[in-house]
Amino acid sequence: MENVVSLKDIVVEFEDGERILKSISLDIKDKEFVTFLGPSGCGKTTTLRIIGGFIEPTSGDVLFEGKKINGVPPHKRNVNTVFQRYALFPHLNVYENIAFGLRVKKLPEKEILRRVGEMLELVNLKGFEKRTVNRLSGGQQQRVAIARALVNQPKVLLLDEPLGALDLKLRKEMQTELRKIQQAMELTFVYVTHDQEEALTMSDRIVVMNGGVIQQIGSPTDIYNEPVNAFVADFIGESNIVNGHMPKDCVVEFTGRQFECVDKGFSPNETVDVVIRPEDVKVISAEGAKLTGIVESVVFKGVHYEMIVDGVDHKWIIHSTKAEPVGAMIGMTFDPFDIHIMKKTEE
Amino acid sequence: MKQMKIFAAPYLVWMVVFILVPLLMVAYFALTNDEGRFTIQYVSDVGQYANIFVRSIWLALIATVICLIMAYPLAFILSRMDKHKQGTMLLIVMLPMWMNFLLRTYAWMTLLGNNGIINYLFGLVGLGPFKLINTSGAVVLGMVYNYLPFMILPLYSVMVKIDKSVLEAATDLGCNFWNTLFRVIIPLSVPGITSGITMVFVPAISTFIISRMLGGGSNLLIGDLIEMQFLGNAYNPHLGAAISLVLMVIILLIMTVMNQFSPDDQVLI
Ligand SMILES: Nc1ncnc2c1ncn2[C@@H]1O[C@H](COP(=O)(O)OP(=O)(O)O)[C@@H](O)[C@H]1O
Ligand SMILES: [Mg+2]
Repeated sequence: MENVVSLKDIVVEFEDGERILKSISLDIKDKEFVTFLGPSGCGKTTTLRIIGGFIEPTSGDVLFEGKKINGVPPHKRNVNTVFQRYALFPHLNVYENIAFGLRVKKLPEKEILRRVGEMLELVNLKGFEKRTVNRLSGGQQQRVAIARALVNQPKVLLLDEPLGALDLKLRKEMQTELRKIQQAMELTFVYVTHDQEEALTMSDRIVVMNGGVIQQIGSPTDIYNEPVNAFVADFIGESNIVNGHMPKDCVVEFTGRQFECVDKGFSPNETVDVVIRPEDVKVISAEGAKLTGIVESVVFKGVHYEMIVDGVDHKWIIHSTKAEPVGAMIGMTFDPFDIHIMKKTEE
Repeated sequence: MKQMKIFAAPYLVWMVVFILVPLLMVAYFALTNDEGRFTIQYVSDVGQYANIFVRSIWLALIATVICLIMAYPLAFILSRMDKHKQGTMLLIVMLPMWMNFLLRTYAWMTLLGNNGIINYLFGLVGLGPFKLINTSGAVVLGMVYNYLPFMILPLYSVMVKIDKSVLEAATDLGCNFWNTLFRVIIPLSVPGITSGITMVFVPAISTFIISRMLGGGSNLLIGDLIEMQFLGNAYNPHLGAAISLVLMVIILLIMTVMNQFSPDDQVLI
């Protein structure tokens, strides 16, 4: 598969000299659904705006289908954007908002009618043609924004937290809807979100960012099962993260006890992050257990119970289908392959 | 609701005493003679001054168009500046208005005079002197200079409300600068354009100070004509009222036409 968009060592500094992006490199393949995931302020929007052409990188190259497009203005890029807060044209009705890009290209009226009609159908807004956009609900405005971009049949669609303002139920529906559209129209989607669940359910590949740096690129399962560092592990779902070190290969020591694991290659006195998912902590009888703790709280979360267990050196988060009584002493253990050892990232 | 009505009462009284009553008095004076009998004599006499009406409308129109052309880009640039710079820049735009209107116009008299600074500067490079003062051009200049801020302000206040992302959306959808201007910026600033035009055109068409000071005797405007009927040698308040009435009707007609171009919820007057 060919690369549609490539970013090569992109650095962005704003006037105050602050470095917002620190050497971002990434290849986006044709027909791929790529998601930028990271906390607010980590540079997701900035990266998207680099691709859209709204800001120029301080250094580094932007390639579109292999050709360098640094300095090419947005209106000459075969890319369309769904903006973070819709940015619909308040002086135009739904139909004219969607038709906008086609009118600029001076397409014949008949073709505009046909293509806008298709879009209205696609985003379920038939009958709303004449409505002014500020009399639409948030979800409807969102769908106009998507239709307005899609109608131009761009090679790449950039979406900046497009579902951020919607309530949970609508957001779930739109997630499925967007994924369907992307697959049906065989488009490349570059999607921005700070919601890890959204990223995991929709994407082919996730780019986890923090502080202007790409932390990890991988498929949702890779990112979830094999996070490369404690930040990714913590950001993608909750995690227990404790300091530890490895006296020898396949043995890790944390909270003063040694456990069998599967990682190797760390020096004995190197401090490492030990990451264990809440659902991988096994509750056993306290008697004879290597690691014990006292149940502090139990909350029912729908499918599982979330327990906080005070183990003296660390408060463990445990997800289990069985609740233990608050105040009880329990034992905890882990399978060797559920203990993830990660290099410390220098902050 | 009842309480609201009580609060509105003073304004109602104000409007009746200072707006409605004078209006009716103007109409009364225009349509009666010295004996207080009804006549359309004075209104039909206004026809004699058609050339002055035409000149007034024409000069006010030119001044309004120049103001619009000058103010539009300025207001747009202003509206796109950093928020904290906008305040300072607005202040600079407003600054001339803090000076007395007469003084400002008087200053132009000396600048444009045959021995004024402008002709002096032309003289230095061997040109002129040109006849600058007492021309219709000087009158238009005076109008533009005095009323420009009234064009900038309404344009600016509409333009600051245009979200930056809307303009980005336009470029994203294929608009170059001109496309963005004609498809997004101008349509979104129509309310500012219409109210700016009103705020320049109406005072410009009825001014008498500017034409008197910069236009000499040969550039009489409606305002001068009306003034002469009340304060000048030609004392004739009935004719003065009739001219005012006709002017009012003309302005009303022009504004009605203007309103056809505004969005429904932005009716002027
Ligand atoms: N025009 C700008 N000038 C200066 N700093 C900016 C500008 N735009 C964004 N930033 C800063 O860049 C950082 C990243 O912003 P952004 O890319 O919008 O983050 P995200 O979309 O991931 O929340 C933030 O700290 C923000 O304050
Ligand atoms: Mg953002």
